[in-house]
Amino acid sequence: MTFEEIVFWSLVLVSGFAALMVVISRSPIASALYLILNFFCLAGLYLTLNAQFIAVVHIIVYAGAIMVLFLFVIMLLNLQDETKLRERMNWKSFAAIALSILFLIELFYIFIIKTPTPKIPIHPSSKEIGTVEYLGKILFTEFLFPFELTSILLIAAIIGAVVLAKKKFELTD
Amino acid sequence: MNLILEPIVKILIVLFINLTLVSYLVLIERKVSAYIQNRIGPNRVGPWGLLQSVADVVKLFFKEDIVPKDANKFIHSLAPVISVVVAFSTFAVIPFGNKITLYGNEYNLVIADVNVGVLVILALTSLGVYGITLSGWSSNNKYSLLGGLRSSAQMISYELSMGISLIGILLMTQSMRLTQIVAEQGGYIFGFIPNWNIFLQPIGFIIFLVSTFAETNRLPFDLPEAEEELVGGYHTEYSGMKFGLFFLAEYASMITASAFIVTLFLGGWQAPFIEYFNFSPFVISLLQLSAFAIKVLFVLLFFILIRWTIPRFRYDQLMNIGWKVMLPLSLLNLIVTAFLILINIL
Repeated sequence: MTFEEIVFWSLVLVSGFAALMVVISRSPIASALYLILNFFCLAGLYLTLNAQFIAVVHIIVYAGAIMVLFLFVIMLLNLQDETKLRERMNWKSFAAIALSILFLIELFYIFIIKTPTPKIPIHPSSKEIGTVEYLGKILFTEFLFPFELTSILLIAAIIGAVVLAKKKFELTD
Repeated sequence: MNLILEPIVKILIVLFINLTLVSYLVLIERKVSAYIQNRIGPNRVGPWGLLQSVADVVKLFFKEDIVPKDANKFIHSLAPVISVVVAFSTFAVIPFGNKITLYGNEYNLVIADVNVGVLVILALTSLGVYGITLSGWSSNNKYSLLGGLRSSAQMISYELSMGISLIGILLMTQSMRLTQIVAEQGGYIFGFIPNWNIFLQPIGFIIFLVSTFAETNRLPFDLPEAEEELVGGYHTEYSGMKFGLFFLAEYASMITASAFIVTLFLGGWQAPFIEYFNFSPFVISLLQLSAFAIKVLFVLLFFILIRWTIPRFRYDQLMNIGWKVMLPLSLLNLIVTAFLILINIL
């Protein structure tokens, strides 16, 4: 195995494990922490694809900001372990498990047995693609309109948050 | 082989220097505070108290490690580790010198010269909040929790103005590579003022400096551990070396923050006026290294002096400054810089 392959597979295994633990673990804080671990593995995968900017921004936005707020909420609500919410196995869960397995087999059949992924040769300019300069250039020329639309969306979200936060709630007994 | 060995050697050297500097920074802080308060300070262990740090570390190692009964044990131990790792790993992208030639081989004096260096540092500092928040939550103590929550609110608020105040520099340098940012700061304005960003971006520098104080939880922004209100804040329930790790992390992040300030605003390793003397390239490399070290020490001393002269802000004052003064100022700075670049003045 080459060095890249070792890095790739360890990132894949750890991120898969972390994603699984997000769902399985009973304590909400542990779930949040596993999600952060998962984000780090994803950022590592971006790095192996030479997308440095996306990798770092992924960490700043998701791990550095959004997950902090998640932790904030979980801590303030003081959620207990979800032992009370333990679900019973009924016919619905069995059906869900069966369907998921079927879906997995289907995916496996389509992508691995029927059409094995061809090895795509590395594009000569692929080293450029992930850099800040390239992204900046392309965002402000080719994709300027969607980029500006996104900023309007974000402004709308910010104004919405401010309006909600300013709202005075009447306390009724 | 050299590809792996060279970074490892650099990491070990940087880590060693940082750790030594941390232990002496504690001593310097105690000495400076003593002189400010008209005392003498630690002077019993070794000559002039120079071995005080050794004694402190030994004491921390031998102290009993107490974990509260209802604490979440794993996260309680994980939190100080996160703090320390984040504080030290930031140094990986900071260039501490230009190039040095040893035995015929040229070495770059930076561990990782990445394309998005500025963003890497912002990402790592934004992760520092986890150590504090998690330690506050896992201790199962109301003062710790309050300290943790305060710090996350404070760090998120000041990260914004910190990031925006940097964009002015990025506009002028047109690169996020820290080596590039330092290289651009060579030369002179009007032939005698060093071309450092502090002279080109004074408002950005002040905003960044204040935000750094808030990010490193130093006085006058040390609300997360305000003794009078919160006992010890987020590390109330820590003892022994785990407490020592938080202490280490605080001083290590002070060092990396100073190095970051020096790199961005104070010319990094650029030593002004050395090209007028006929030094050999090796001596120039050494002088640049020491220029960086002296600047970092100077900023560190400034941090310490501020701590012992300015009282702590109230929490609402802190939030008001962050959102209503710093953020609009940094946006204004950004717009003015962009305009000046547009009409080709900067």
